[in-house]
Amino acid sequence: MSAPARYTPFHPRWYRRRVSVWWWLESRSYTTFVVRELTSVFVALFALVLLWVVWSLGQGPEAYERCLARLRSPLCLAFHAAALGFVLFHSITWFNLAPKAMVVRLGGKRLPDLFVAGANYAAWVVLSGAVAAMLLRS
Amino acid sequence: MARPITPFLWLLFSAGGTVAALLYPVHLFLTGLAFPLGWLSPPSYEALHALVAHPVTRSYLFVLISLPLFHWAHRFRYTLYDGLQLKHLFALVAVLCYGAAAAGSALAAYTLWSFS
Repeated sequence: MSAPARYTPFHPRWYRRRVSVWWWLESRSYTTFVVRELTSVFVALFALVLLWVVWSLGQGPEAYERCLARLRSPLCLAFHAAALGFVLFHSITWFNLAPKAMVVRLGGKRLPDLFVAGANYAAWVVLSGAVAAMLLRS
Repeated sequence: MARPITPFLWLLFSAGGTVAALLYPVHLFLTGLAFPLGWLSPPSYEALHALVAHPVTRSYLFVLISLPLFHWAHRFRYTLYDGLQLKHLFALVAVLCYGAAAAGSALAAYTLWSFS
């Protein structure tokens, strides 16, 4: 007998071929999928950046000034440049998936995908404008 | 896996994904690039402090920080299962991911609540 059969814990009666940990590099669509999932890492890191900025702001002017100086460091700038790419990739893939995740019916007819995705993109533009206006006005 | 909590976690994932998709690019561009590089002039300390002190802004910031953390937890969890084949660590991975998101949210709640 050669190596014993490997059974998977969730389907003990199934035999499965061993798959490399790098399976997602085998095809372009797999890689896109994993990159899309990994955008969430940059989303989480930026959530922590936001928290850090708010915390510094609450600590007083000096702490806030130190925080701004940190944000000007090459490391932070490089991180944010890369993170912007990933976050934009998240936004675009998210909006393009929205028509499939959220089927809108109007008068018994399904709204075309383009309309649902378009509504998302429109909301994106409006909200981005509103946030920018709030921050640039103050 | 059909557990009563699954739809709730999926809802957090989906809500967080939407918040991040709609609002993160503009915040990231302004806070991370445009202000530090001097492309646009950042708000003064006093103005930003007054803005954040408002309860509506603080509620907004809580949603802006907390929901995307849960979005990350959900996506990262399944990426670990599939990408690194960690299915056998099912419970541990779930606890670590959602636990981190919950801890981040608690920290955000505390920071925003005690903001002065």
